[in-house]
Order: sequence, then C-alpha cells, then structure tokens
Amino acid sequence: MSDPAVRLSGLRKSFGAVHAVTGVDLDIADGEFFAMLGPSGSGKTTVLRMIAGFESPTSGTVELGGVDVTRLAPFERDVNTVFQDYALFPHMSVLDNVEYGLRVKRVPRAERRERALAALASVRLEGYERRRPGQLSGGQRQRVALARALVNRPRVLLLDEPLGALDLKLREEMQVELKSIQREVGITFLFVTHDQEEALTMSDRVAVFDRGRVEQVGTPAEIYERPATAFVAGFVGTSNLISGSAAQAVLGREGTFSVRPEKLRVAALGDPVDGAEHSATGTVSEVVYAGPATRFVVELDAGGRLIALQQNLQVSSMDVMGLRGTKVRLVWHRRHEFAIVS
Amino acid sequence: MNAAPNTPAAALSRRTPRRRLSAFLHRHAGVRLSLLLSAPMLWLGIAYLGALAALFAAALWRADTFTGDLIREVTWANFQDLFTTEVYRTIALRSVGVAVAVTLIDLVIAFPMAFAMAKLASPRAQRWLVIAVLTPLWASYLVKAYAWRVMLSSEGVLGWGYGLTATIITLSYLWLPYMILPIYAGLERLPNSLLEAAGDLGARGWRTFRTVVWPLAFPAVVAGSIFTFSLSLGDYIAVKIVGGRSQLIGNVVYDNIGAANNLPFAAAVATVPVVIMLVYLAAVRRTGALENL
Ligand SMILES: Nc1ncnc2c1ncn2[C@@H]1O[C@H](COP(=O)(O)OP(=O)(O)OP(=O)(O)O)[C@@H](O)[C@H]1O
Ligand SMILES: [Mg+2]
Repeated sequence: MSDPAVRLSGLRKSFGAVHAVTGVDLDIADGEFFAMLGPSGSGKTTVLRMIAGFESPTSGTVELGGVDVTRLAPFERDVNTVFQDYALFPHMSVLDNVEYGLRVKRVPRAERRERALAALASVRLEGYERRRPGQLSGGQRQRVALARALVNRPRVLLLDEPLGALDLKLREEMQVELKSIQREVGITFLFVTHDQEEALTMSDRVAVFDRGRVEQVGTPAEIYERPATAFVAGFVGTSNLISGSAAQAVLGREGTFSVRPEKLRVAALGDPVDGAEHSATGTVSEVVYAGPATRFVVELDAGGRLIALQQNLQVSSMDVMGLRGTKVRLVWHRRHEFAIVS
Repeated sequence: MNAAPNTPAAALSRRTPRRRLSAFLHRHAGVRLSLLLSAPMLWLGIAYLGALAALFAAALWRADTFTGDLIREVTWANFQDLFTTEVYRTIALRSVGVAVAVTLIDLVIAFPMAFAMAKLASPRAQRWLVIAVLTPLWASYLVKAYAWRVMLSSEGVLGWGYGLTATIITLSYLWLPYMILPIYAGLERLPNSLLEAAGDLGARGWRTFRTVVWPLAFPAVVAGSIFTFSLSLGDYIAVKIVGGRSQLIGNVVYDNIGAANNLPFAAAVATVPVVIMLVYLAAVRRTGALENL
C-alpha cells in the first residue's frame, strides 16, 4: 500500500493556556476529498495551518507522502493553501497572482503562461487575466485563489472554509464546481468547514472535530447514519436522542439511541406497526412548514422529544398545520435506530 | 385630528427649521461635503497656500542694500543670484545630499524595526514599542540636538567631532520616529495571510519582501520619506549645533532674514526646498506606486 498523502500522528498544539489541538491522528489517502468538520474553535484551522507549516506543533508529527515534514518551512512543503480571505496579492493582476508560484519555482516563461491560463480556464475565468483582485466579485476572487494554488500541482490542496464568504446560491454552485475540479485534477483536497451539509455533500470522508480532537472519521453516510458519539449525532444533522427511561419504555433497552428525523413516520394513534418497526406515541407541539417538507416536534409520552421530517408529497400546509396539539404515533424501522456512545 | 404626538407621521409633520436643514443636507451630499470640508479647506487655503504665495511674491521683490527696506518691484534678480552664485549651488546640493542621506539611513533603520513591531511582536510588546518610539518626540528638539553635541564632541563618548557627518547622524536620530510610524502603520494594515500566501507558494523571506511586503508598504515609505526629507531640508538648528562650519539651505535663509536683513533673497532661497519637494512628489507619483491602494 502506498503512503497516505497526509498522516497526522499525535498532533497537539497549545497557545499558552489555550489547548487548540489535543491529539489528532489522521490518515488521508491520495486523491481523497477529505473534510474537517466541526464547530467554531474546535481546532480545524490550527490543524490545517500545521499541515501548511504556518504553525509548528507542540508535539506530534506531520507526514506528507510518507516524509516527515514537521520541521520544514511552508515553502519547503508540497502543499498549497486556499485561504479563507483568499489572500490574493492586491498589487498584482490576476495572471501575476496565478503565475506567482511558478515564477518562484523558475518555470520558463512560456510554460508558466500556458499553465496559468489553463488554470484560469479550469476555474472559468478566461478574460480576467488583466484585472486586479479588487475588481473582482467574491466568487471570482475565490476562483482566482483556487487557480493560484492548483497551478502548482501540489500533492495536497488545503482549503480553509473557501466558500464561507459566498452567498448561498453561489456557494452551492461552487460546491459542485470544486468537486468536479478535484475529480479532474486528482489532487488530494483537505477541506475545512463548519457547514455539515457542505461536508456531507462534497467529501469522500469526513473527520468531525470537537474541542481539539477528532470525534469520528468516516464516509458521509457512516457519519450521518452511524454517528459514534452524541456530539457527532447532534452536530451532523438533528440528533433526536431517546435515552434513560424513555429508552426502556419505547425500545425495552438501556442506553442512548438516535433516529434521524426523516426516518420517522408520523402516523395516527391506531395505525398498525409491523414487527420490524418500533414506535412511540406523543403530542405534536410544533409544526414547521418548510415548502417541500414539514418538521414536526413531538413530545413523547415516555419522556423526551423527537423531531420528524415528512415530505409534503400529497399534503398542503393547511393539512399539516391542523396537526398541532394532536396525539400521534411515530413509527420507524429498527435498522434506523442506533446506539450512541456517551 | 387627534393623532398621538409621538407617531412617526406626527414627527414628519413637525417640520422645524432644523429638521428641514437636516433633511436638505441629507439629500444634497455635495453641500454636506463642502460644509464639512470648509474649515480645513479654509485653513489649507489661507494659512498654507497663502503663505506659499506670499513667500513666492516676496521672492520677486528686493531689499534696499543699505536700509534693508522692501522695494516692491517685480524682479527675478534674487533667483538669478541664487542660480549663478557658485556657493549657493553647492549649499543647495549639499542640503539635498544631507536630506537624501538622512532619509536612506532612517529607512534602513526604520523598516526592520517597523516590521518587527507590526508583524513579529506580541500585541502587548507592540504597544510598548510604539510608546518607546514616540517617547523621544516628547523631549525638546534642542535638548536632543545638544545631547548629540555632547556625545559627538572630541571629549564625548563618540568623539567623532562636528561636521556634515555629525549633522546627518543627528538629523537621522531626530527624524527616525517620523519614518518608523508611517511604515509601522502601513505594515500593520498588511494582512498576515499575504505573507503566508507568498511562503505557501514557495517564496522565501527575501522574495516575499521584494514582491509582496515592499510594494505594498511603499506608499507608507513615501509618506515617511516626505517627513524625513522635508524636515532635513528645512533644518538649520541641528547643523548650527553639531555641523561645525558646514552650512545648509536653512542657514542661508536664516542668515538672510537675520544678519543680512534681505527678506526677498531669503524668500527666494526658501522656495528651493519647496520646489525640490514638489519635484520629489511628482516623481513618486509617476512611479504609479501610490495608485495601487
Ligand atoms: N494564534 C493563536 N493564539 C491563541 N489562541 C489561538 C490562536 N489560534 C487559535 N487559537 C485558539 O485555538 C482554538 C482553535 O482555533 P481554530 O482557529 O483552530 O478553530 P476553528 O476550528 O478553525 O474555528 P472556526 O470554525 O471558528 O474557524 C480557539 O480556541 C482559538 O481561540
Ligand atoms: Mg477556522
């Protein structure tokens, strides 16, 4: 087996009394689209900066392609970064920005120009070569930053919330585009985000961070359908926990369990439940109509609360709104409930 | 109608003169701007440009050789004297040389200091360093000049003696904060991520400095150099205290106002630094470095 593109071993970083990263071990394979997901302050940026070389770890090592680079300066590492604020050089044209890395590496002029133009074309920015970064929109700047990093063909591309500054529509467009660019160039993308949807839709694998540690690593489906801890269940999607006496009453088991909202079916009290299913009765305390779907908040009779998400396939807002305050039965398939380690 | 007096509609209908004035100013941004700028503009116009005009006008008069009284006839004689007399040319060139030397020395000392202050020091250390740079400005100019006189005298700690070199050293010391502070402010505004981006793209320290830091800090350097250059060009006290027998433009102006009692000629001499500064600013402008920001 070949060496992973990135290997982090026992990585820690403290800023004085602040322990930003408290022991991270990760292997990221070549060509992978890998997301680091976590709430604000969970240490994602700090990990990224240690891989880029802007920050040196308090302890632990960073390996790139099997080579220990922990003590190397940023300019000695075969990685490039797309900064959260893009960090384009304001006094240079778009073309000069993109050519910067190649010029530093003394790539001959003709080849440099050719590669820079190709990179700009791959992010759909032909015709913008002469502009200054100040004359571009946020989305265009983001793409210049991407081209400036990609043109160097690094082993790993690091992206720190590259879509954070864009509006929702542009962000969704760029998500698709980023993913297709990554597939095209085949470079390992290591992507930081605190947007769980973004992490789930774009990546091959996701590492969920909390308080400087990795809580769980897995494919989006694993993370979403089999969250290992209550934190992951809560951070990725709605947690919907059943625990304590409610678990005893509803499932007949000890522990904490979770069911995703879209796996719950809102049924009438008397509806039949088949053997492979579990169910719980409760009162609808809230109905939120959201266009294609409706969210029901149900206070369980056994204690606790579950949120159910139903597609509005045949119903209208008038039908669902009337359910507030009524008694319902929530039904789900047993294979959709999973135990949570607390 | 008995609407409550505090509804927005009621507020709108109460059009007091003050309200109407505010509304008018709100709608007419140009009027607002000129009102706001009128005081500084008046100051700039009368006190500064007016003084310059008066200076130039005075330079076109001449003084009676015996009484020193002003004779208000337009003549270019003062400028003719100035340009044809060998000694004045020498003094003018020497003054420019001193100002250039002081500016370069200050730049070489100030840039690394400002960089360390803005980019390397902790926020706490940064505050202290700014105060440390400002402190010498609280002491009197004369005290500092005399301190250098003592240090430079043949019995002093440095003992290098007086002269042009002593003048350059003293002026460099005196104007250093005026170079550090603008550059510090300029580098402070420079996002760290730009430096990191350069390193990320493979640039080492020197290249990052040459291609990113310097071009972006250049306007700040120009601002600082305008201070050091013009302050040096106009100085006549430091050179009197540590300059030995050397003379600069400032001395010629001073001597013509005082001992020689020839105000028009002093004015003619005084236009020289003004013209030099204008030429300098035009040259900087032409490089286009100031338009990037
Ligand atoms: N230079 C620094 N000095 C001191 N503390 C720092 C420094 N950089 C980061 N921290 C602290 O380390 C912790 C982790 O920060 P980090 O920037 O890695 O979080 P993050 O996961 O990227 O958060 P966000 O999603 O808000 O960007 C935070 O508590 C932060 O305050
Ligand atoms: Mg961050």
